[in-house]
Amino acid sequence: MRYLPHTEQDIQEMLKKTGHTSLDDLFKTIPAQCQLKKELDLPEALTEWELDSHMEELASLNAAFPKQKIFIGAGSYPHYIPSLIPYIAGRSEFATAYTPYQPEISQGTLQGIYEFQTMITELLGTDVATASHYDCGTALAEALLIALKKKKKLNKIALSSLIHPHHRQIIKTYLDPRGCEIVDLPFKDDGTTDFSPLDAMDDIAGIAIQSPNFFGCIENLEQAKAIADSKKALFITSFTECLAYGLLKSPGKCGVDLVAGEGQSLGIPQSFGGPGLGILTSSKKYIRDLPGRYVGRTKDKNGETGFVLTLSTREQHIRREKAGSNICSNNGLNALTAGIYLAAAGKNGIRALAQLNHDKAVFLEKELHKAGFTTPFSQPFFNEFVVKAPKGFKEKRDAVKKNKGMVPGLALEKYYPLLKDHYLFCATEVFSKKDMETMVREVK
Amino acid sequence: MENTSGISGLILKEDFLWNKSRKGRCGISIPKQDVKQSLLDPELTGDAPELPELSEFDVVRHYTRLSQWNFGLDSGMYPLGSCTMKYNPKTNEVQAARPGFAGAHPLADEELCQGALEMMYNLEQFLAELTGLEAVTLQPAAGAHGELTGMLAIHAYHEKQGHQRSKIIIPDSAHGTNPASATLCGYKSVNILSGKDGILTPESVAEVMDEEVAGIMITNPNTLGLFEENIKEIADIVHDKGGLVYGDGANLNAIMGIVKPGEIGIDVLHFNLHKTFSTPHGGGGPGSGPIAVNKKLEPFLPVPRIAKNGSTYALIQDTPDTIGRMLTFYGHFGVLVKAYSYILSLGGKYLKKTSQLAVLNANYIKESLRDDFFLPYDRPCMHECVFTDKNQEKNNITTLDISKRIIDYGFHPPTIYFPLVVHGSIMIEPTETESKETIDEFIAALKQIAKEAENNPEILKSAPHLSKVSRLDEVAAARKPMLRG
Amino acid sequence: MKEISELNLPEDIKYSKDHEWAKAEDDIVTIGINDYAQDQLGEIVFIEVPEVGDTLEKGDEFGTVESVKAVSEVYTPVSGEVVEVNESLEDAPENVNNSPYEDGWIIKIKAGDLSELDNLLDKTAYLKMLEG
Repeated sequence: MRYLPHTEQDIQEMLKKTGHTSLDDLFKTIPAQCQLKKELDLPEALTEWELDSHMEELASLNAAFPKQKIFIGAGSYPHYIPSLIPYIAGRSEFATAYTPYQPEISQGTLQGIYEFQTMITELLGTDVATASHYDCGTALAEALLIALKKKKKLNKIALSSLIHPHHRQIIKTYLDPRGCEIVDLPFKDDGTTDFSPLDAMDDIAGIAIQSPNFFGCIENLEQAKAIADSKKALFITSFTECLAYGLLKSPGKCGVDLVAGEGQSLGIPQSFGGPGLGILTSSKKYIRDLPGRYVGRTKDKNGETGFVLTLSTREQHIRREKAGSNICSNNGLNALTAGIYLAAAGKNGIRALAQLNHDKAVFLEKELHKAGFTTPFSQPFFNEFVVKAPKGFKEKRDAVKKNKGMVPGLALEKYYPLLKDHYLFCATEVFSKKDMETMVREVK
Repeated sequence: MENTSGISGLILKEDFLWNKSRKGRCGISIPKQDVKQSLLDPELTGDAPELPELSEFDVVRHYTRLSQWNFGLDSGMYPLGSCTMKYNPKTNEVQAARPGFAGAHPLADEELCQGALEMMYNLEQFLAELTGLEAVTLQPAAGAHGELTGMLAIHAYHEKQGHQRSKIIIPDSAHGTNPASATLCGYKSVNILSGKDGILTPESVAEVMDEEVAGIMITNPNTLGLFEENIKEIADIVHDKGGLVYGDGANLNAIMGIVKPGEIGIDVLHFNLHKTFSTPHGGGGPGSGPIAVNKKLEPFLPVPRIAKNGSTYALIQDTPDTIGRMLTFYGHFGVLVKAYSYILSLGGKYLKKTSQLAVLNANYIKESLRDDFFLPYDRPCMHECVFTDKNQEKNNITTLDISKRIIDYGFHPPTIYFPLVVHGSIMIEPTETESKETIDEFIAALKQIAKEAENNPEILKSAPHLSKVSRLDEVAAARKPMLRG
Repeated sequence: MKEISELNLPEDIKYSKDHEWAKAEDDIVTIGINDYAQDQLGEIVFIEVPEVGDTLEKGDEFGTVESVKAVSEVYTPVSGEVVEVNESLEDAPENVNNSPYEDGWIIKIKAGDLSELDNLLDKTAYLKMLEG
């Protein structure tokens, strides 16, 4: 086996040194009753070439960008990934390194993450960002845990029903052992969150909304912030499409306390939903509350600038049962990847891409409108929007996805039972005008 | 310092991205504007974020230089205890990057994702077979996340039994994630001490086990690299009082094909695919932390689950007793592809050989260095061995000094000051993919360092000497945190 | 680390078994961590303090003292209301290392029952405990 370097002679010499008679003998401290009596029932080893064909066979069974045109976002977005990104992020010095606990020989990862922290806070208008979390849903659950920790006497949080339905499920799972009450904020006719259930409540630890929300609509963060303030609740926002903040007013500028987001759009492949990039960022006030690693700038003993993991006393390896979170491994390489993407796109690139995404989505919405679809929500959107489909769409959608390699929109009924025949569409820079016209023609 | 990999090289300086920025540069190709521009209400928009403006080549050179300041596993031996830094096969990267996987949308209709679902279904079967447990979820994003998933399942199990419990037993040698995960489920940690052999005694467990204890969290082999020989007896004690046994699978690399955790009393176990199954650590992640459970806990696994109906695969979105959902989609799919490729590349036979050679390498190091460094538990080890700085204390040399000096010899330092039960611990896990020659070189370096501690302690105190930076001021970093430029 | 004989332990204050010190002036009790505790922790980088106005019961954790790689909880030896916290520690946590009894005090509590302090140790008893 090519990964195992030991020759028979090596093994014999080493066994001699350790005083064992055979490889099996190495395990004699394991009681016989614990030892497996038969061989593992697993397939025989494949050669590299057999593996290639098996994997290509499996991969070819999936509809995937760029071969298929999948007009769905909903937390996972098709975007172009410049060649330099996998090339650089794939460098083994980055990819095969461990967590940078030995800073003297990890300055590459450390500066890379420090630059990521810097650019993410710039993008989102916040003061501090962690070195990453798993994904938006888990980052958002952690943000709500912070709200409950800060408001010790309260055990109630409010969640917009327009937060990604999967994220709401994660939050419920995380908070369940605490018996915490979750107030569901419904949505208004314009496609944004309805805060009216909060009118009679004054015991809310945190209020969370997503913007752009699950329907793609842009929420009014300043208004929501004022409501949260009036309730003395922490105001938390999330987002699944990071690129939106190349164009939209940043949550930090709107006074948001904690921001949880998904950074997949920043150069990370969709990869059937993971690994993505959880972003956790906040105003300075919560610097010691955010969970997970931080990279900080300092000097070495010769006065040279360098970087270390810092403020570690918040973390499980030091605080153990008293840690606010149990996170250890994060999604560091994807944070580095997002950093490379932001550096390559830069101020102008990110703005141009964000604008183009919006333009494409507006075009698609208009085309669908012409084809008999209606738009139920009036609030402006970024690159996703909801339409109500005309009769017969479902059948046409089935035919198109089978024969034409196109997936037109995501049915919403599964998530919002009242929204029969409603679909969530997404358009990004990867869809040409022609792609969109073709798709609309097919489902008309 | 003769005959060692560590020599000083050319280290290139590199400024921050933003100091290299020049107005008007852009490093990506912007797609053509083939539709009309449509402006949003200015109330909703903000100024363009002040990101650096760089050409594509600026970015490539910047990050290439940064990468050269890093020590990766491909650069040299990385004997981090309990981290299993084994070779990351390159074919795994190729498999995960196939457009059919990398470009797959998680919410595309099920019939359009059959390849992805089949791969995941197969991987679940493999992991179940390896552990002797019934069912697997691939959803958890990392080891700690798997722990949380497993503990939530235990919590839900007790809830279903009609009596919630309040405590969890955690040995003193446990990873910090264990007590932290238990706390998130509302359980109070009850710490117990390892016995004098470095392993748990049934008596110490029996003493604290009662009907308020939800279960025990055990790492086996433990973080001292020792097999918990009393595991079956301990599991019986816990089960007799209605508790469950959580297995931390961080050290699974020692026992593949040798012990099935499900057959020795473990009810739930998490895997670290980025340790045992060769997926890269990425400088901190992403990892992947599936869990395997027995029949008792299967109903509580997170959704969606994957089912095979004839020759097609489906996602089951709801089961009556599920704890819910742990991650937005199905897990770190890209990492799963790599672990699956690894298992297929080795098959059952070579997975077992992997564990055998990992244990051989660790015992070989232990025997080779026993005269130079103090062995707190002098007994046969599994895949890792633990030394301390006790022999060097007289020269005022600490574990930290030793580990920093190792850098100068061209190796990554071992895990230090963990497990906490041993003062000044130096925990070495060579893994099976290091050859005898490399290990001999590592042993020679450590022997040389032990001599230096006697004859020239200052060279250890001031180490490392050949890295880009010397020891960093962590106190200043923590007192006045500078977390952004 | 210091030998026990090197510790600076003033006579006019009282010590808890958890290595806090307390000094009462009328009903205001000043609390900090003693020389032994700061020496054990090493270079202190952060002190978490309660808010003025918080009420504490004797034995309550009222904050943490942190070094780079360790966290130590601090407990109040007396019940009452927090009337002042040492804000200078935010910028200069090293005061706890350099001057544990003067610049490095942590909080002041308006005590309900000063007799609670009677259970604390004087220097001799505390030293005896350390020598164990």
